[in-house]
Amino acid sequence: MKPAAFAYARARSVEHAISLLGEHQGDARLLAGGQSLIATLNMRLSSPSLLVDINRLPDLGAISVTAGIVEFGALVRHVQAEQSETVARYAPLIARAMPHIAHPAIRNRGTIGGSIAFADPAAELPACIVALGGELEIAGPHGRRSVSAEAFFKGMFETELGPHDLLTAIRVPAADAKTRAGFAELARRHGDYALTGLAACARATAGGLSDVHLAYFGVGTMPVRARNAEAALDAGDIENAVRAIATDLDPAGDLHASAELKSHLAGVLLRRVFRQLSEQPT
Amino acid sequence: MTITPDSPSVLTALDRPNSYIGRSVPRPNLRRLTEGRGSYVSDTVLPRMLHVVFVRSPHAHARIRAIDTLAASKAPGVVAAFVGADLTEVMSPWVGVLTHLKGLKSAPQYPLAMERACWQGEAVCAIVARTRALAEDAAALVDVDYEELPAVADAETALDPQTPVIHPELGDNLTFERRVNAGDPDQGMRDAAEIVEATFVFGRHTGVCNEARAIVADWNAAEQRLTVYQGTQAPHMMQNLFAKHLGIAEQQVRVITKDVGGSFGVKVHAYADEMATVAIAKLLRRPVKFVADRLESFLTDIHARDHRVHGKIGVKKDGTITVFEIDDLTGIGPYSVYPRTSGIEANQVVNLTGSWYRCPNYRALARVVFQNKNVMCQYRAVGHPIATAVTEGLVDLAAARIGMDPVEIRRRNLIPDDGYPATAPSGIKFEKLSQEAALQKIVTMMRYDDLRAEQERLRKQGVYRGIGMTTFVEVTNPSPTFYGIGGARISAQDGVTMRLDGAGTVFCHTGVSEQGQGTEAVIAQVAASAFGVPISSVRVIMGDTDNTPYGGGTWASRAAGIAGEAAWQAGKALRANVLALAATILQAQPQSLDLRDGIVVDAASSRERMGLDEIARIAHFRPDTLPPGFQPELVATRHYVPRAWPFAFTNGVQASYLEVDVDTGFVKLLRHWCVEDCGTIINPLLVDEQVRGGIVQGIGAALYEHCVYDERGQLLNGNMADYLVPMASEMPDMDIGHVVTPTADSELGAKGAGEAGTAGAPGAVMNAINDALRPLGAKTLTEMPFTPGLILRAIGRI
Ligand SMILES: Cc1cc2nc3c(=O)[nH]c(=O)nc-3n(C[C@H](O)[C@H](O)[C@H](O)COP(=O)(O)OP(=O)(O)OC[C@H]3O[C@@H](n4cnc5c(N)ncnc54)[C@H](O)[C@@H]3O)c2cc1C
Repeated sequence: MKPAAFAYARARSVEHAISLLGEHQGDARLLAGGQSLIATLNMRLSSPSLLVDINRLPDLGAISVTAGIVEFGALVRHVQAEQSETVARYAPLIARAMPHIAHPAIRNRGTIGGSIAFADPAAELPACIVALGGELEIAGPHGRRSVSAEAFFKGMFETELGPHDLLTAIRVPAADAKTRAGFAELARRHGDYALTGLAACARATAGGLSDVHLAYFGVGTMPVRARNAEAALDAGDIENAVRAIATDLDPAGDLHASAELKSHLAGVLLRRVFRQLSEQPT
Repeated sequence: MTITPDSPSVLTALDRPNSYIGRSVPRPNLRRLTEGRGSYVSDTVLPRMLHVVFVRSPHAHARIRAIDTLAASKAPGVVAAFVGADLTEVMSPWVGVLTHLKGLKSAPQYPLAMERACWQGEAVCAIVARTRALAEDAAALVDVDYEELPAVADAETALDPQTPVIHPELGDNLTFERRVNAGDPDQGMRDAAEIVEATFVFGRHTGVCNEARAIVADWNAAEQRLTVYQGTQAPHMMQNLFAKHLGIAEQQVRVITKDVGGSFGVKVHAYADEMATVAIAKLLRRPVKFVADRLESFLTDIHARDHRVHGKIGVKKDGTITVFEIDDLTGIGPYSVYPRTSGIEANQVVNLTGSWYRCPNYRALARVVFQNKNVMCQYRAVGHPIATAVTEGLVDLAAARIGMDPVEIRRRNLIPDDGYPATAPSGIKFEKLSQEAALQKIVTMMRYDDLRAEQERLRKQGVYRGIGMTTFVEVTNPSPTFYGIGGARISAQDGVTMRLDGAGTVFCHTGVSEQGQGTEAVIAQVAASAFGVPISSVRVIMGDTDNTPYGGGTWASRAAGIAGEAAWQAGKALRANVLALAATILQAQPQSLDLRDGIVVDAASSRERMGLDEIARIAHFRPDTLPPGFQPELVATRHYVPRAWPFAFTNGVQASYLEVDVDTGFVKLLRHWCVEDCGTIINPLLVDEQVRGGIVQGIGAALYEHCVYDERGQLLNGNMADYLVPMASEMPDMDIGHVVTPTADSELGAKGAGEAGTAGAPGAVMNAINDALRPLGAKTLTEMPFTPGLILRAIGRI
């Protein structure tokens, strides 16, 4: 379990990182927290010729709120978000999700950008960003562009990021008094990737909820919106919503859970998350 | 975590004035290990050392047509490449059989596969290079031409006529078979008011050690001597095996075992890749190192369990058990593991099932079959978790059928505490157990009646909690009956040599070994107590075949009971020598003196007479001042082997309290109790932690751990992400209590305590889950591990 030999370069700037990626023509990888990448190298599942270390890039490590938008620099560590009062207040969904991501040692190094760029279908953050209708900022050889979360995730470990691109920022709408967030997942052991999980947000209305967004993880190749269930919840009908899961989701079974089990658990999670969304004080 | 006070000590001769026995002294190696100053084989670096990496078969069963190592040999840093035939010139193959397991058969196994690979992960080629990384680079260049053969994956069909025979020369895939017919099982069936049956399945799992298997072999051609640094439980056994298969004298082999990062039975076998490392070191005349990585560990460290047991129990209306019947089938991979064999676990299942109950009628069949999966062998609590879960699962089912409380049915059937010695229907012998006392104690500790009331109350609120219990026995302190009589050169005895040095401190050399369980502490405690010095004056030396008495090592919960007794006797002998010397110097009668806390005192008044340092000084540097003809003896050695009983059986009872989430099928462990009887408790803290650690491994088997193979013999989850080891967050608090029944076979009276936790936990969790789900009319769950999917299916939710 030793990685194949690779060269190492520390990027001085975003532009420098992109040009290093360009020089190696798709055979270079960005190194952020290394919590996913190094394991794949050690198992020789991938053997890039160059690692471009972005850990010391300036300006990618901050969390800020401006004009109703919360922005996470790509290098914000999980632990930073977990402990941030800004996140707790303005991005409560992400705050709820953080403790479920791996273990403290991994959260100390792993980055938000790395999690989203890696796009593990069972990861929490991609689903949160999709549920929140977030936006990803990408820097590439031709400058910067922004992509909506739903357009960003394209498949299993596949995203809008090209081989010479760098994810620079993650933006989500800031929560206000009417925002509701719900999060639940089922993992065999605390810190494991979940068998099934659900990230949700909504707006509180006089009679119930509106704008319900449900993003499941661990049930497909990427975060999956459950649109029929969303509509049912907008109409205040949890029973219908649970029934709708069967049409919204088509999970494939894996080693840890059959398709049938995942579908069943998705319904259980929906009830639990609906309770969270409904119970939060206004 | 609550620690229930131990029963009052029943020590007698052991109650020496400065006794450490029964005290939770910290282990001497604690600071070294926790400060990162341990010395593991993985850390060992020798001058001119090379690293070997193995190319392993990706197929469960394949003919090796050709192996092309040319490109690999030319890769940077590569020193040599070997295929199977290259090693046969220095190392002979081995066959894992024992003569007392009648009919047990296996095929010769070679350090590298010869013409066939028989499991996914079997080493077929070795690449030796300057570094592990370079060797891995080169290994990727080896081209093996395989012809895939049909794989025998399912034990259930391994004996069918249409199934290919893995070793045609053996005739069939049956490794071993044992039958028992004791008492009158047919009459037992006729006497029963109810007969309950169930099929229990125990998934394959493995012992995930913190430190993987590791070995450095160094052949010194000038000395004609091999030094092997190995993380093993049994250094002398390995010395014998290396010598035997290299065709050299045992004296030409030295095995050094420093710190070992856990073993659990994984590191007490001859592994082909380790044997290959030794052969390669001899061929290259250079030190060669092999450290298994985690992926290799999953594919090659022995797996365990993998049993399917059909069980039957007969019971009368009053709860009397009239018969036990089992049919056990287990798949052990393509070879019986050398030298302990892979027949022992099934043999234990047959020996143990039902054995602690009074019922005399017993019918058992065990069949052990070959298959194309990784090898299966002895792992912590060999056979016990299976025998316990089957027995106790059946007892619970019988109780439920006749509407009797699970505690009550056990009370009515356990061999009573005054019913010993006793012989079980399978023939195993119990010196003295305390099952009734242990059961009574756990019922009090867990407040059984209150717990039942709480369970009932919560059920009404839709909360499903279960209480599950197992009574069990544990094999410890094995006599030669285990291996020696079957022809294996695995020492049943152990010795301890105590040596007084010039400063009045002692070195204590022993053949048992330490892999993290605290053996070093236990030996130091006993030696210090018996001799009469502060424990800080005792230094324990183990893990070196050049420098310790020839012994068996650490397995089958034998170290404390066997080497502990040897240390006790050696300490007494050395004390007698020292007192004879002191008496000469002090012109007193030896019997009027004693050695306490490093000072010679008048035994009656405790008046201090002379420090041990002063006695040592005179003995070593001024023996001229001693009377002519008096020769002080400054070293004493004593040996011990259990003689009166084949094994010192211990006993105990465990209980699990848990909650099943009937929406998700998840199990939350709320609490776990264990009362066990390991005889004299030398170090209560170490015993309790052994029990707790063992329980965690048992819980792993019940809920998490599973080597999942597909129908082609491919391991699907051989990594730490997909193979679920139990983690601290999911573990319940564990309360440990004791009943103390020393064995009369030794003065110390200590039995083993290393495996009780693992023996009883899986069955307790199983019974608790079924207890929780009974009101829902659930199908009885008997297939481990109990995953959310299985649980939801049992209650019809999916
Ligand atoms: C034991 C364990 C358990 C875990 N459990 C969970 C879990 O439950 N949930 C979960 O979500 N995650 C889990 N993880 C993964 C963890 O969250 C990782 O930290 C994360 O997935 C990747 O972040 P990283 O910063 O470590 O990225 P790296 O490992 O450095 O990189 C991962 C990939 O993303 C690319 N990349 C990184 N940053 C950028 C960027 N800014 N722009 C473009 N590409 C980039 C890299 O090139 C690489 O291909 C676990 C990890 C471990 C080791």
